[in-house]
Amino acid sequence: MSRTHVTCVLNGDEIDFLCNDYQTLLSALRDELGMIGTKEGCGTGDCGACSVILDGQLVCSCLVFAPEVEGRRVETIEGLAEVDHLHPLQDSFLEGAAFQCGVCTPGFLMAAKALLDRNPSPTETEVRYGVAGNLCRCTGYDKIVRSILDAAARMSDPERQKEAT
Amino acid sequence: MELLSANPGAAVFAGATDLIPQIQAGRPEPTLAVDLKRIPETGRIENSGGFWRVGAAIPAAVLTAHAGLSAAFPGLVEGAGLIGSDQIQGRATLGGNLCNASPAADSVPPLVALGAEAIIVGRGGERSAQVSEVVIGPSATSLDQSEFITEFRIPAPSRGSSDAYERFIPRTEMDIAVVGAAARIRVDGDGRCEEAAVVLAAVAPTVVEVSAASGILEGRVIPHYSGRDAFWDELGEAVVACCNPIDDKRGTAEYRRKVAQVLARRTVVTAARRARETL
Amino acid sequence: MTTTRTGYKWVGTRPVRHDGLDKVTGRARFGADYATAGMLHGVVLRSPHVHARILSIDLTEAAAMPGVKAIITGADLPDIPDETGTGSEGGINFRDLSRNILARDKVLYEGHPVAAVAAVTLRAAQRAAEAIEVDYEILPAVLSLEEAMEDDAPVLHDDLFTLGLDSPPDRPSNISRRRVIARGDLDAGWEEADVVVEREYTTKAVHQGYIEPHAVVAETGEDGRSTLWCSSQGHFAMRTYTTKVLGWEPGDMKVIPAEIGGGFGGKTTIYLEPLAALLSRRAGRAVKMVMTRSEVFRATGPTSGSVMRIKMGARRDGKLVAATAWMAYEAGAFPGSPIGPGVMTVLACYDIPNVLIEGYDVVLNKPKVAAYRAPGAPMAAFAAESVVDELAEELGIDPIELRLRNAVTEGVRAVYGPKYRKIGFVETLEEARDHPHYSAPLGPWQGRGVASGYWFNFGGETTATVSINEDGTAVVMSGCPDIGGTRAALAQMAAEELGIDVHRIEPVVADTHSIGYNDMTGGSRVAFAVGIAVVDASRQLIEDMCSRAALIWDVPREEVEWVDGRAQSVTGASAPLTLEELASGAGATGGPLSATVTVNPRGAGAGFSTQICDVEVDPDTGLVTVLRYTVVQDAGRAIHPDYVEGQMQGGAVQGIGWALNEEYIFDRNGVMENPGFLDYRMPVASDLPMIDTVIVEVPNPDHPYGVRGVGETGIIPPMAAVANAVYAATGKRMQDLPMSPVRVLEALSGD
Repeated sequence: MSRTHVTCVLNGDEIDFLCNDYQTLLSALRDELGMIGTKEGCGTGDCGACSVILDGQLVCSCLVFAPEVEGRRVETIEGLAEVDHLHPLQDSFLEGAAFQCGVCTPGFLMAAKALLDRNPSPTETEVRYGVAGNLCRCTGYDKIVRSILDAAARMSDPERQKEAT
Repeated sequence: MELLSANPGAAVFAGATDLIPQIQAGRPEPTLAVDLKRIPETGRIENSGGFWRVGAAIPAAVLTAHAGLSAAFPGLVEGAGLIGSDQIQGRATLGGNLCNASPAADSVPPLVALGAEAIIVGRGGERSAQVSEVVIGPSATSLDQSEFITEFRIPAPSRGSSDAYERFIPRTEMDIAVVGAAARIRVDGDGRCEEAAVVLAAVAPTVVEVSAASGILEGRVIPHYSGRDAFWDELGEAVVACCNPIDDKRGTAEYRRKVAQVLARRTVVTAARRARETL
Repeated sequence: MTTTRTGYKWVGTRPVRHDGLDKVTGRARFGADYATAGMLHGVVLRSPHVHARILSIDLTEAAAMPGVKAIITGADLPDIPDETGTGSEGGINFRDLSRNILARDKVLYEGHPVAAVAAVTLRAAQRAAEAIEVDYEILPAVLSLEEAMEDDAPVLHDDLFTLGLDSPPDRPSNISRRRVIARGDLDAGWEEADVVVEREYTTKAVHQGYIEPHAVVAETGEDGRSTLWCSSQGHFAMRTYTTKVLGWEPGDMKVIPAEIGGGFGGKTTIYLEPLAALLSRRAGRAVKMVMTRSEVFRATGPTSGSVMRIKMGARRDGKLVAATAWMAYEAGAFPGSPIGPGVMTVLACYDIPNVLIEGYDVVLNKPKVAAYRAPGAPMAAFAAESVVDELAEELGIDPIELRLRNAVTEGVRAVYGPKYRKIGFVETLEEARDHPHYSAPLGPWQGRGVASGYWFNFGGETTATVSINEDGTAVVMSGCPDIGGTRAALAQMAAEELGIDVHRIEPVVADTHSIGYNDMTGGSRVAFAVGIAVVDASRQLIEDMCSRAALIWDVPREEVEWVDGRAQSVTGASAPLTLEELASGAGATGGPLSATVTVNPRGAGAGFSTQICDVEVDPDTGLVTVLRYTVVQDAGRAIHPDYVEGQMQGGAVQGIGWALNEEYIFDRNGVMENPGFLDYRMPVASDLPMIDTVIVEVPNPDHPYGVRGVGETGIIPPMAAVANAVYAATGKRMQDLPMSPVRVLEALSGD
């Protein structure tokens, strides 16, 4: 079977890969590129574990054909932290015990990032709806929601931001 | 179009939120997949000449973020905004929501209530059809193999006109509508209803318009639902008369009949309030 | 948030967990994240029928397809005797296990594996599986408890004779076992009762709903030795079970634990592991198998649907004097529902003198159930705690007060036999009663419910090793997969003992070749049992290090004590020796510093929880919204309060899902209609409020820090708490789960 050559910007770097026409972006990330941080929980867009940001828009990578990302920007969990420090969301999740098993965590972090990019100071309700596409079976969501609110507060407070770095 | 008509196994897609799971579940891979998002007409939103033109392949997230569209058609934007999670919103489109031909599609009742037309292109050139005529049954449309929808043409709302959509799901997100109801109401300068359209989702093989609604609501100042005004009962009866629901994993026929009445009342009240607010 | 007792440096604090960084950066490797060069992909062909005889399987076409390397069917697995082994959540029958992994003469549920294929790509394996021709003779299906228990019901297993009857049955049936618990004099009890309530309750099968599907990579060498990478709740059990089913030797298999993406009991058994290992043996290549979400729902363990009839009588003063419970649990296709813990826990919260409990384990054409968080207890509590709520209303006694008047306490004999040791049930009730939530005002169509729950908790076979590195850092090694923060808790206990910073300790989950045997992560046992082993090992190391300091100083051992991570001279004659100094010089004082402890501790402290739930009901649609929720639970001692709270919150929310929307829905033919997260409706974030927690700490005398298991108890009270709240809001008693909008609206229309 001939394979499709796709070039895109992945976490800031221009990269290319080969894939089958009907391979999903999720499968291309995991199986072609070895980026295993993006998880598959359902394959039907119902759990959010495979969430990535595509040209600034949160999507389930299991519902994107890999060839569609030609020329586009893809952000995954592997690109969330900077070289020497974590994203404030990652700090908040760690300090706020926002995960138990951790398999949904990459998806939650990407959904939360998309939410805070769009709405830097969300209410609790906005946070809950912002991550309603992400299932977590361990935490009951309490500590996830608190941690996202905490990250939003950190990011809008220059003092705390400095502290974090 | 030539490609599509020459490839009986071809599929068009925009958000692919239904196509991809179907392929994963064993649907044969299309012989050809056409990404409609790459066609310019499918991606634009314009308001001119008394009509809004809304591209069929625009992700719901873009529609809900569009201030002009939200002001003109709050009910349509509500419907589009209810198609799945934020993740799905980044992919799902009006064209896909319609052509998937589910009776539970959230954006279709408002499109029908608004009298929207679908602009369809295919081997035979361009044609238009009322949105209500596109879907002919569950998973079945009146489009031929070469055809797809490029955009929707929606009459711009006049002063005194607005719409609303509400659906019922067991959770707060992530479910398919058990029942949905859209309403479009036009009121006169005194706030009296001049024209009404009520359209239901998930209570019949396709979305259905409650054609008696306009007659029942005309001439009334539509208040909050109180249970005291007899016309609500009339509307409820008209709603039930249009329902031909099934028992399935999402709800019983009986439940759908009851809740269709509730949602019809709620959306009529909301649309009427919004219509008065435009005066 | 809960305030915790002080007095310890690390125990009771909230350090960042050691495995946290890997999990927020995407580096953690879960089951499906393993790959080896050149590995094959395996898939399972599953039965489309719920009950059918397999007449023939034709592999000819499939085997000839490009890229296909191996195909196996039931004929490739050895027949093994009807033998029961131990699992951490109860017995496991290896013959049934084998037949659940690959059907032999009959398929017993839709999704029952019939064959497995390995090929060079996933697509090739799927196409080959589709090309396998299976000829079935359809048999009549048994789809409900009622049908299954009828005298003339079609029988799933013609060698299944009911155990536990007064006289042995002369013919097979679908009832595998009857369990009875009785005490006192029921007639006298009913005689004494002023108020009696009797009700029937039903619940549906529900799934654990872990987000990570089952996954395994198996590589079997030419010498027959194999390595498995998989996520499970216990890699030692995976090895035991897998080799048992294959007829291989456990010592020939190494199981390397992946990070586990949720289990809740559902990953205490095997599905793919023997298939992948055998396919790999046949193909001479590594084989990877990952379930789809649909396969997870259709063919891995839900917990039982149930029918329960509960009758309870109380005196006017609120004293419970008599109770009967009749309970039938669905086991699925093979015996083994959690009816045992069901009958043991159903009345375990209360001191009732006259009791008769009767439970039935029933097979039917549905997937074989697996353990699910406090197996068997939540549905039982739904029934019993609903009856208690009704009694409270009839008696005009506050429901928490009624529970207080009957609560079991230390020294009371549990209905199932033993006497309770030190327990904190009364404390959870008092905390709930005094919590501001319990007296907060409510609006129209809003209601408040309370319910309590009991869980045994478990100890189990355990090995742990604590080793000191040459720089004075330490490694704490256990063999129990960490599902929710146990590595951090074990490190905290070691840090407390050794007197070093918790982040100078690296907690590790070691594979089957690197540490001694460990039972599974289940029964809420890890912080308790592994905790004991880690504390013991740490204390052995301290003893060793004190001896070495004594050797260096040439003083008697008694003149050395361990203070703040240093060996100190009691007399002050020598400068203290730090852990680093002792470790770096260990070669000269007797060799490396390491201690291994094995234990099989009794005394896992019983857990109790009392929960308060506020709901609002939409009278037009039947929608129930949880407005406020508080979980009060006795943790004995919370080592890491964040993760104790997390267990309480997570358990409560799983229970809320069970209460409101989760259920297996089958069509007329017994085919599951909702095998996906779209229509198997687990709670999403926007469905819920914050889940308030109150950690009660009544220390367990059998653990050095007082730990009781906390993982399971939290899921027991929610269904009754929600149902009692719905009653308070609407005046309708919901006796059937889930309390979906359809059901609630039906109840409301019943006037």
